[in-house]
Amino acid sequence: MSLDGDKQKEVDSGEPASRNGPGMMSRILNTVGLPRLTVGGFVVVLFVLGRIMGLPLTNLLTNSISRFGMNAVMVLAMVPGIQCGIGPNFGLPIGLLAGLIGMVSALELGFIGFEGLMLSMAIGAGLGALLGIGYGLFLNKVKGQEMMVGTYAGFAAVSLMCISWLMLPFKNPELIWVLGGKGLRMTISLKDTFGHALDKFWNFQIGGFVVPTGLLGVVFILAAAYKLFEMTKLGMAMDLAGQNERFARAAGVDCDRMRVVGTAISTALGAIGIIVYAQSYGFIQLYTAPLLMAFPAVASVLIGGATPSEASVSNAMVGALLFQSLLATTVPVAQTVVGGDISEIVRLIVSNGMVLYALTRGHGGEAANG
Amino acid sequence: MSGYVLEMHGITKDYYGNRVLNDVTLKVKPGEIHGLVGENGAGKSTLMNILFGMPVIHNTGGFQGKIRFRGAETVFDSPRQALESGIGMVHQEFMLIPGFTVAENIKLNREPLRDTLLAKLAGRRMKRLDWPKIVSDSKAALNMVGLGIDEMLPVAGLPVGYMQFVEIAREVDKQGVKLLVFDEPTALLTETESEQLLSSVRTIAASGVAVIFISHRLDEVLSICDSVTVMRDGEVVTTMSTSDQDTTIDRIAELMVGREVKRPDYPKRAKEPGDDDIVLTVEDLKVDMPGEEVHGVTLRVRRGEILGIGGLAGQGKIGISNGIMGVYPAQGRVAKDGIEIPLNDPGQAYKQKLAFLSEDRKNVGLILDRSIEYNISVVATLVKSMFQKTLGVGPVGIRVRDKKSAREFAAGMISELDIRCTGPGQLVRRLSGGNQQKVCIARALALDPEILLVSEPTRGIDVGAKQRILDLLVSLNREKGMTIILTSSELAELRMVCDRIAVIYGGRLVDMLSPDDSNARFGMAMSGRRAEVQ
Repeated sequence: MSLDGDKQKEVDSGEPASRNGPGMMSRILNTVGLPRLTVGGFVVVLFVLGRIMGLPLTNLLTNSISRFGMNAVMVLAMVPGIQCGIGPNFGLPIGLLAGLIGMVSALELGFIGFEGLMLSMAIGAGLGALLGIGYGLFLNKVKGQEMMVGTYAGFAAVSLMCISWLMLPFKNPELIWVLGGKGLRMTISLKDTFGHALDKFWNFQIGGFVVPTGLLGVVFILAAAYKLFEMTKLGMAMDLAGQNERFARAAGVDCDRMRVVGTAISTALGAIGIIVYAQSYGFIQLYTAPLLMAFPAVASVLIGGATPSEASVSNAMVGALLFQSLLATTVPVAQTVVGGDISEIVRLIVSNGMVLYALTRGHGGEAANG
Repeated sequence: MSGYVLEMHGITKDYYGNRVLNDVTLKVKPGEIHGLVGENGAGKSTLMNILFGMPVIHNTGGFQGKIRFRGAETVFDSPRQALESGIGMVHQEFMLIPGFTVAENIKLNREPLRDTLLAKLAGRRMKRLDWPKIVSDSKAALNMVGLGIDEMLPVAGLPVGYMQFVEIAREVDKQGVKLLVFDEPTALLTETESEQLLSSVRTIAASGVAVIFISHRLDEVLSICDSVTVMRDGEVVTTMSTSDQDTTIDRIAELMVGREVKRPDYPKRAKEPGDDDIVLTVEDLKVDMPGEEVHGVTLRVRRGEILGIGGLAGQGKIGISNGIMGVYPAQGRVAKDGIEIPLNDPGQAYKQKLAFLSEDRKNVGLILDRSIEYNISVVATLVKSMFQKTLGVGPVGIRVRDKKSAREFAAGMISELDIRCTGPGQLVRRLSGGNQQKVCIARALALDPEILLVSEPTRGIDVGAKQRILDLLVSLNREKGMTIILTSSELAELRMVCDRIAVIYGGRLVDMLSPDDSNARFGMAMSGRRAEVQ
């Protein structure tokens, strides 16, 4: 957003000019940020390695882009959380559950294809916003510990839903266990419903590189809509509340309310995020699948240059692209170099490392900006 | 022997090139009660920090000058060393452990011990406490300060006044104390408790211990001390004996405040503000601001005036503006032009065209990591929907931030207020204190206020910039007719620019003074006494 633009420019030009030699290096480091620099550098190295190994670059690129599209909305969900002052939304699984409920409800009602996807999003976002309001009110009672409390609130919600998935009276044979009876399946295939509905919407090829127009389009629309929201009075008040609570309060902003608004938006975006993810993946994964999904999203936005107290849409987009490219390129490259799949290990190292970084940076402006 | 227990000669101290003490000399005889008075920032605390060898002194490059204690030249490296040599300190904030009994607190860290068998093998740590001795020593110490309470009571439940006595009893109990420093010991006490404390100070002094008595209550100082040293702006103005005929409260007050205030020739207004045109009424305002509580202040602010609010730190002057603006919980009635402003709801005061520059510039006044332009425009956008434009197609549209108009306004302010920066996009964090304050003023001006409440506008700003900020406030007052309520710890600054000055003490309005009133009258009002109108 524009504010972010100011900030980057300023960091760039504000350094004393006297520091010429080492100043250059630290200036680049300041502008780009260490996480973005290392992960970005690694991605470049992997692409070059892949090229040397003779791997088809178009394949790597296609994979990177489609994984970016799959995950970008969930990363975007981190932005309102950070802006409103609750920090990275570790309670994202609450939103993911809303999205899952949206999808299975739409399928149960018999909506397939594009209508099914749209209905899923409508139900998911609505439910996500409602849950987000409740979750936000809860977070207001544990100020300063949102990251830890959020993680466990997410865990608790996922576990609670495990029981619900078993108990809910769904009837659609595509959804319930193959042997019949009560309860939803572990994994629900979307092959005959809205699997890849977005990926295949207006997609086209350039050489071997497939552009998933629909997928990227949805990501772009949501990102643009959020940017617009940032410029409204509500968006500015929310951002101010997250920046400096005392300043905001003196300006007549109800900070607690703003935190609830931000949490609700974040949770609703999480719901839409998992739907976008599922249609691309081709399956709905229930039960414990959402348990750890907040961590890669948190890691992505931080890699993108956000801090636990300041984030922008571009942080989310850049971060999602870098992190997902890293994962997409490690698999084939590592397979040829090492002869095994180490992408899961890389994913865990990077995402847990970034989460650790977030926790050490602490909460709120003072620690992060010091 | 010179006959003095403590001699401090030519003490000079700089903090980062800023001279806070200049050639200060202080001498105290055994058994003497020596008063030390001065405004906030006169250098009293720094002088005591030097005496006690506080780390803050050593960490900032030490000091120049000589200290002789009991005849020998000494420099204490740590407070502990000072205490061991026989200097005691009674703190303004109590350093007591609430869960311990009175006796345990008195003997804390100096407990008399008894030998045990285990101690012979395992050393001192295995010794037992000598309870009978703890109890009897404590009793004796409590008697000395005139506090007849059970020494086995826990400190936690005691009235505030008693805690002060326990603290003194602890110092008295220390063997070989030659000098006791009391730092505003009566600040938190009731009148009778103060009386009692003063008499115990006399008892202590009578036993041959020298006492340095720091207080803002000049009547106390005069009644108890043998001699008084008055400090001002880091220098000793004078040391005088209280038995002297000339030594009166008025005289001390005058010396304390007494710098020549040159009031620049600010332009006269077409119509001078008067009581016939009141813009803001404040009735029985009580504000619960920690450290700056207000206990019922009534003010009538004249339209177009610069009203000063002065007083010593902690007396509640800061609380008034914060209460009016709804930043801290408040009770009472505030009305502008007859329209009541609801308290405890920060947005409300802005709606009545009030604007506020907080004393806590870095935390409440500014978003340091955002641009000048953002800082100037954000509140105006939120409160008055300024700097917005409509984005949309046909009848559907939403109001969003208009960066262009915000930038133009900021650029205008930068040239109008002469804010030194690289442009509206520069981060506020990178500006100097004075320029940051100007950004705050610009933010307030964006709201187009009729009344501007300014708290401590020159705090943390270098000397040259101070004058520019004050001149700016005066020109806003004269040219735009803005009513200004200026709260400041610096009396000189208030007397320079204000039309009237309200002096606050103990959370209440003591006196409403004219800047031309005598130093003595100001000094007395600052220490809580209202001069009789001649």
